[in-house]
Amino acid sequence: MLRWIRQQLGVDPPHQSDTRTIYVANRFPQNGHYIPQRFADNRIISSKYTVWNFVPKNLFEQFRRIANFYFLIIFLVQLMIDTPTSPITSGLPLFFVITVTAIKQGYEDWLRHKADNEVNGAPVFVVRSGSLVQTRSKNIRVGDIVRVAKDETFPVDLVLLSSDRADGTCHITTASLDGETNLKTHFSVPETSVCQSVSQLEALQAVVECQQPEADLYRFVGRITVIQHGEEIVRPLGPENLLLRGARLKNTKEIFGVAVYTGMESKMALNYKCKSQKRSAVEKSMNTFLIIYLVILLFEAILSTILKYAWQAEEKWNEPFYNQKTEQERNSSPILKFISDFLAFLVLYNFIIPISLYVTVEMQKFLGSFFIGWDLDLYHEESDQKAQVNTSDLNEELGQVEYVFTDKTGTLTENEMHFRECSIKGTKYREVNGKLLPEGMTDDSPDGSVAHLIGDEVLFLKAVSLCHTVQISYDQPDLPLGASDPFSHVNGFSSNHMEYYASSPDEKALVEATKRIGVAFTGSSGDTMEINTFGKFEKYKLLHLLEFDANRRRMSVILQTPSGGTVLFTKGAESAILPFATSGEIEKTRLHVDEFALKGLRTLVVACRHFSPEEYMDVDKRLTAARTALQQREEKLQEAFDFIERDLQLLGATAVEDKLQDKVQETIEALRLAGIKVWVLTGDKHETAVSVSLSCGHFHRTMNILELLQQRSDNECAEQLRRLARRIKEDHVIQHGLVVDGASLSLALREHEKLFMEVCKNCSAVLCCRMAPLQKAKVVRLLKTSPEKPITLAIGDGANDVSMIQEAHVGIGIMGKEGRQAVRNSDYAIARFKFLAKLLLVHGHFYYIRIATLVQYFFYKNVCFITPQFLYQFFCLFSQQTLYDSVYLTLYNICFTSLPILVYSLFEQLVHPHALQSKPCLYRDISKNSLLSFRTFLYWTVLGFCHAFIFFFGSYILMGEDTTLMGNGQMFGNWTFGTLVFTVMVITVTLKLALETHFWTWMNHFVTWGSIAFYFIFSLFYGGIIWPFLHTQDMYFVFVQLLSSGSAWFAIIIIVITCLSPDVFKKVLYRHLQPTSTQNSQQSLPAPPAQALSCMESLCCYQQGQSGCSRLASLLDQMTGHCKAGASNCHASSRCNRSWSDTETFYSNDRSILTLSPIEGTRC
Amino acid sequence: MLSAGVVIPGFFVIGLAFIGIGVGLLITSRSIQVLELDYTGTETNSPCYKCTTPPVQNNCVCKLNFTIDTLFKGPVFFYYSLTNYFQSQRKYGASKDYNQLSGDLTYFKSPASDCDPYQYANGKPIVPCGSLANSMFNDTFKLYQIINGQEKLVPFDGKGIAWWTDYNIKYRNPDYSPLKNAFNDTVKPVFWSKAAYELDTSDATNNGFVNQDFLVWMRRAALPNFRKLYRRITEGDYKDGLPVGNYSLEISYNYPVISFDGTKKATFSNVSWMGGQNEFLGIAYLVIGSMCVVMSIVMLIVYAKFRFPDDD
Repeated sequence: MLRWIRQQLGVDPPHQSDTRTIYVANRFPQNGHYIPQRFADNRIISSKYTVWNFVPKNLFEQFRRIANFYFLIIFLVQLMIDTPTSPITSGLPLFFVITVTAIKQGYEDWLRHKADNEVNGAPVFVVRSGSLVQTRSKNIRVGDIVRVAKDETFPVDLVLLSSDRADGTCHITTASLDGETNLKTHFSVPETSVCQSVSQLEALQAVVECQQPEADLYRFVGRITVIQHGEEIVRPLGPENLLLRGARLKNTKEIFGVAVYTGMESKMALNYKCKSQKRSAVEKSMNTFLIIYLVILLFEAILSTILKYAWQAEEKWNEPFYNQKTEQERNSSPILKFISDFLAFLVLYNFIIPISLYVTVEMQKFLGSFFIGWDLDLYHEESDQKAQVNTSDLNEELGQVEYVFTDKTGTLTENEMHFRECSIKGTKYREVNGKLLPEGMTDDSPDGSVAHLIGDEVLFLKAVSLCHTVQISYDQPDLPLGASDPFSHVNGFSSNHMEYYASSPDEKALVEATKRIGVAFTGSSGDTMEINTFGKFEKYKLLHLLEFDANRRRMSVILQTPSGGTVLFTKGAESAILPFATSGEIEKTRLHVDEFALKGLRTLVVACRHFSPEEYMDVDKRLTAARTALQQREEKLQEAFDFIERDLQLLGATAVEDKLQDKVQETIEALRLAGIKVWVLTGDKHETAVSVSLSCGHFHRTMNILELLQQRSDNECAEQLRRLARRIKEDHVIQHGLVVDGASLSLALREHEKLFMEVCKNCSAVLCCRMAPLQKAKVVRLLKTSPEKPITLAIGDGANDVSMIQEAHVGIGIMGKEGRQAVRNSDYAIARFKFLAKLLLVHGHFYYIRIATLVQYFFYKNVCFITPQFLYQFFCLFSQQTLYDSVYLTLYNICFTSLPILVYSLFEQLVHPHALQSKPCLYRDISKNSLLSFRTFLYWTVLGFCHAFIFFFGSYILMGEDTTLMGNGQMFGNWTFGTLVFTVMVITVTLKLALETHFWTWMNHFVTWGSIAFYFIFSLFYGGIIWPFLHTQDMYFVFVQLLSSGSAWFAIIIIVITCLSPDVFKKVLYRHLQPTSTQNSQQSLPAPPAQALSCMESLCCYQQGQSGCSRLASLLDQMTGHCKAGASNCHASSRCNRSWSDTETFYSNDRSILTLSPIEGTRC
Repeated sequence: MLSAGVVIPGFFVIGLAFIGIGVGLLITSRSIQVLELDYTGTETNSPCYKCTTPPVQNNCVCKLNFTIDTLFKGPVFFYYSLTNYFQSQRKYGASKDYNQLSGDLTYFKSPASDCDPYQYANGKPIVPCGSLANSMFNDTFKLYQIINGQEKLVPFDGKGIAWWTDYNIKYRNPDYSPLKNAFNDTVKPVFWSKAAYELDTSDATNNGFVNQDFLVWMRRAALPNFRKLYRRITEGDYKDGLPVGNYSLEISYNYPVISFDGTKKATFSNVSWMGGQNEFLGIAYLVIGSMCVVMSIVMLIVYAKFRFPDDD
C-alpha cells in the first residue's frame, strides 16, 4: 500500500526492467506468474500549466528572473518600512510586467492545451472484443490493436502486424517527424501479416518484447513471439517494423498494428525537448550595465544616508522647531533608523534600474523577428519557402558575427546531383546523351553504343541500379503499390509517370543515370527488385540490406540473381571500400577517383562479392543472429557487416556533380568584405573540397594556400604548423588560405591548439575537409572559446551539421534536400545560402543597432529620471522627499516614454537596406559589440547625468531666485517645481530619441508626438480632478498653474534646447570631421526612385540649389506623400505573409547521416 | 535628418530668435522694481534687534523705516521671505490631514496619524493637525506712508494671494454655521495664538481652512529659501503704486528663525506678465542664443572645409 502511494507520487519509480513485454490485444497469459507492467496512457501533454497551478507556477517562474525579483524585493521593502513612495509606485509596474508576461505565456499554453485536446480527442479505431471500435486517441492502451487507414497519421507508436497487402508491407512518410518526404517501406513479420481481418487478429496470440521508450527515432530493438498451433515462433523487430506516432500512412489502404509506446512515451513526444538556451552578447552586456547601475544605485543610497546623518549631527537641522519628531522616532534605535533610511533611499532611487527594459526587449525581439519572415528578399520562390525564425532571442547577434562556418554540400551547393563520369575496370567513361562513352571516344556512334557495353560495364550498372534504398512513386498514388503486380505499370517503358524517391540525392542521381543508360530500376515488391536491362526484365531477390551508416560509410545489398547465385553489391566512400577490395583495378580506380575529386565531383566506389551457397548460409546466420539480438544489437550488427563486406571485387567508381548554388561567390565575397571570416567545413575529399572552394570564391587563385594534411603524429603536426606559421610571416602574399583535414585537425587540436589558432587567425579563408559531424562542432567550439571570444555562426543543411549549428552562437539551417533536422535545430532557417548576406548585413545590422540603442536609451532615460530626485535631496535635508508625484513616478516608464523607443527599436533603419547590402564593409562599423562598448555606455550615462543636471538646476535657478513666475504674483510650491522638471524631462527624453531616429514612419511620428501630447493631456486630466481614493491631493491644478505661467513655457523651451543642441552639434561635427562609413553612406546614397521607403534619404540630402522654402516644401511633401507610400509598402509586405505553414514544432533527433558523401572518419 | 543643410540654418535661426527673446525678457525683467528689507534682527542696529534678544516679550513690535525715490508702480505685491527653512522635508510636508482640511468632520475627531506629534494635545484632537499647519507664519505687517510726520495707513488687500483652486475647491470648511461650533471638542494647533475659525476677525469668510494666509503657508515651498505672498496693494490712493516718500513698516514680530540660522525679509515687488524680477531667463536665452549662432558658424566652417568625400 505504502509503495503504491509512493509510486503514485512519483517518489518511487515503478519497477523498471530493461524491456517491456506487451501482450497483443492485452490477452494476458492465464498462469499466475504474470505481473502487469504499468504504461502511460496515450494522452499527449505539451502544455505547461493547468488551470489550477497556472498562477503559482507562473509566478514562481517569473520571479526566478533576477529583475523581477529585484522589484519584488523593493515592493516588499516599501510595504514594510515607512517609505517616501507608496508601494503602488513599484507594485503597479511590476504587476503590469508580470501580467503582460503571464498573459502571453497563458495564451501560448492555452494554444497548447487546444492542440493537445485536438490530438487526444481524435477518433481512432481499435480492435476490442472481436470488433472494430471507434474511440478517442487518448484511450489507446499499450497492447491495443489499432487500425489506421490511408493518409491518416499514426496515433501511437505501433508495431506493424499486417497491412492490406499480401506481403504485409506499408509505405509511410515521416515528414512531420524529420521532414523527409520520401516514402519508406515498413514491414510486418510473416506470421502476423496474414491476419488481415479483425477475426483473424482476434485469434492472434503474440507477445512483443521491446526496449523501454527512448528518444532516438531510428532505433528500435525488440522481438515478437507468435504462438501458432502451440508453437512459439520468435521474430526480430527493428525500426523497419515500427510505425512512429506522427508519421503518415501512404499508398496502403489500411494497416493493423499493436501499440507499444503511448502518449508521452512515444518517440515523437520524447523528442519534444526544449532547445538549449543561447544568450546573445547584447544580453550579456545588458546584464553588465544592470550591475553597474545597481552599484550606482547603492552608492547614491549610501551617500544620501551618510549625508543625512552628517547633516543631522547639528541639532538645528535634526529637529527644527517647526518639524518636531514623534516619540516613536526619538526612541527607535539609531542602527534601525540608519537601515530604514538606507532602504528608503533605495526605494526612492530604485527606478534607475529600468523595470520595463526586459519587457520592452522581449516585445521588440518577438515583434521584430517577424520582419525576417516577411522579407520578400529572403523568400525563395521555387521552393515556396520563406525565412523562418526559430528563436527571436538572437536577432541582434546576427549583426555581430565574426566567423561563419559553413557546410559545403547542400549549403554552398544545390545538393542536386547529376551523374557525370564513372570509372569501370580502370577505364573512365563520360555520360553523353544517355550513353556511356569511354575516355577519348567521341559521340560518333549514335546508336551503336549500346552494343559496346561489355560484361563489366553491365555488371557495374546493375550494381549501381540495385544497391540502393530508392523508392518509386507513381503519379497515381491511389493505386496501391503492393496490391497488384507492381511491375505492370512500367511495362513497355511507360515509366514517364514514375519517379524515384531517395533520402540521399546521390543515390537518386545514380539510379536515374543508369536508367538513362539502359539499366532501369523499375520497382520493388516485398523482397523482389526488378531491373530492366536494355529491355530485358530481371528479377532479383533481396536477401539482405546492410544499411548505410556514418561510421561504416558504405551500404550493401545481398541479392539472389535470377540465375540463382548470391551476390553482394556494396557502394560507399573510397576510403571505406578500397582497403577491403582484393581484386579489380584498384590502383587505376584510386587514380580516377582522385581525378574526379579534383574536378569537384562527389565520388563513390562500387564493388561486389559473390557468395558460394555455404558462404551465404554463414552470412545469413550471422546477420539473423545479430538482428534478433536484444542486447548490443548495434555492436553485433557492426561485427557481422564487417565480416561480410570484405574480399570485395572492385567494379568501379562513380562521379556525381553537385552544382553550386546561386550567388554563392558574391555572398562569400560580401561576407569577407564585412570582416567576417568564412570557414568551410565539409566531409568531402580534400581535392573535391579545394576545387569547390575555388569555384565558389572561398579560395582565390591569388591566395597562398597552406596545407595541413595527412599528419600522422603529434610531432609531425606541430612541425608542419610551425612551418606554416613561418611561411605566413615570410611569404609576402596578402591573403592566405588554409586547408586542414579531419585527422590532422584532431591532432592539431589535441596538443597544439594555440599554434593552430595562430595560423588560422592569419588566414583569411580556412577549409576543413573530411570532417566528422562532431569535429565540426569541435572546431566551432575552439574558436568560440578562444581568447577573443568571437561570435560564431554555423550554417548547414543536413543532420551532420546539427551539432555545429547547436554549438555556434547563431545556428542557421538551410531548408535543403537532406531533411529538416538542421532547420529544426537551428535558430534561423533560410532557403538558400545567398540569403545569408541579407540576413547578416541588413537584418543583423538593423537588429543590432536597434537593440543596442534600445538598451542604452533605457539606461539614459532612467538616469535622467532619477538623478534630479537625488539632487533634490540636497534641498530637503535628505528627508527622502520625492520630487515627482507618485503617479508620475509610476507612469514614466510605462506610459510616457515607453512607446517611442519600442517603435524606434522596431523600425529604425539608420542606413538604407540597399546601401547596407551593397556596401558590406558597413558591417564592420558595428562589429565587436561597438555600440555597447564601454565608451558608448559612458556617453549615454554621462549624457543622462548632464541632462538631469540641466533639468534640475535650470528649474532650480528659475524658481530659486524666489520670485514669482506668475502674472498675478502668486507663488509656486514644491510639486510645481517637480512637475516643471518632469515636463522638461519627458520632452527632452522623447526628442533625444527623435534625434537618434533616422527612419521616420507614421508610427514614429505618432508615438513621438503622441507621447508628449499624452503627457500633457494626462497631466491636465490628472490635476483637474479631486481623486476620491487618493490620500492627498497634492497635484490638484498644479499642472495648469504651471502652464499658465509664461516664464515656465520659456524655461521649458530653453532647457530642452540647452540639453539637445550640444548633442546635435556634436553629431554634425563628428559626421564631418570623422565620418564613419555608415554615415558616409547615409549621405551619399541616391534615393532609388522605385523604392518608396527611401524618403529618409531624400530628407537627408541637401540639394544646394534649393532655397530653404522649396526644401521645406519638398520635405513636407516627402513626409506626407512619400512616407505614407512607404508605410503602405510596409503593410503590403506584411500582408504578403500568406499561408506559409510552420506548424511542425517537433524537434527530431540527430539522425545518422543518410547521404553517401565521402566523409573521412577520424583515425587518430 | 541631422544633415548640415538643416542643422546649420536651423541653429542660426534659433540662435537669432533666442537672442531676440533674451533681450525682450531681460528688458521686461529690468523694468520690474523690487525692494527687499531684512528684519531678522540679528544685528544690533536693526530695529527688530529688541525682539530677538532676551528677555523676549510677547507681541514685540518693531518698525522699519525706508524711503522710496521713484514711483513704485502698482499693483505692488508684498511678500515675506524665509531662508534656511525646509518646508520641503518629507515628514513635515506629509504632516497634515487632507480629509480634515476638506471639511470632513469625522477627521476632526480623529486626525490622521501622519499629523503626529501634532495629532492630539491634552487628549483632544488638534484641528488643523500636523506640523505644517502648526508652524504657520504668524508675523503681521502694517505699512504706513509718513506724510508730514503723520502716519497714513497703506491699505493691504489680502484677497487673491492664494491659488483660486485652493481657496474654492481643494480646501473646504465644514458646513457649519457658525463655523466655531464645528471646532467643538478640538484644540487649536499648539503654536497658534488664535483658533482657525478666528484667523481673520475682519472678514468672516476668510476663516478656517480657507483663510488665505493659511492657504499660502500650506502650499509648501520647493526650496529652503522661499518667498510667500502676503498682501497686495491695490486700493485707494496706492492703486497706481507707492508714490515717492518715506514709509514705515510696522512688524509684529512673532516667528522665531534664529534657532536655525534663518532670516526674514519683507519684499515689495511689482510684476509683469512673466512674474517677478527674474534675470535668469533673459540671460539664459542670450547665452544659449549666442552659443547656437557660434555653433552654426563653426559648423559652417567645418562643413565648408570637410565636405564629404564623394563615395564610390
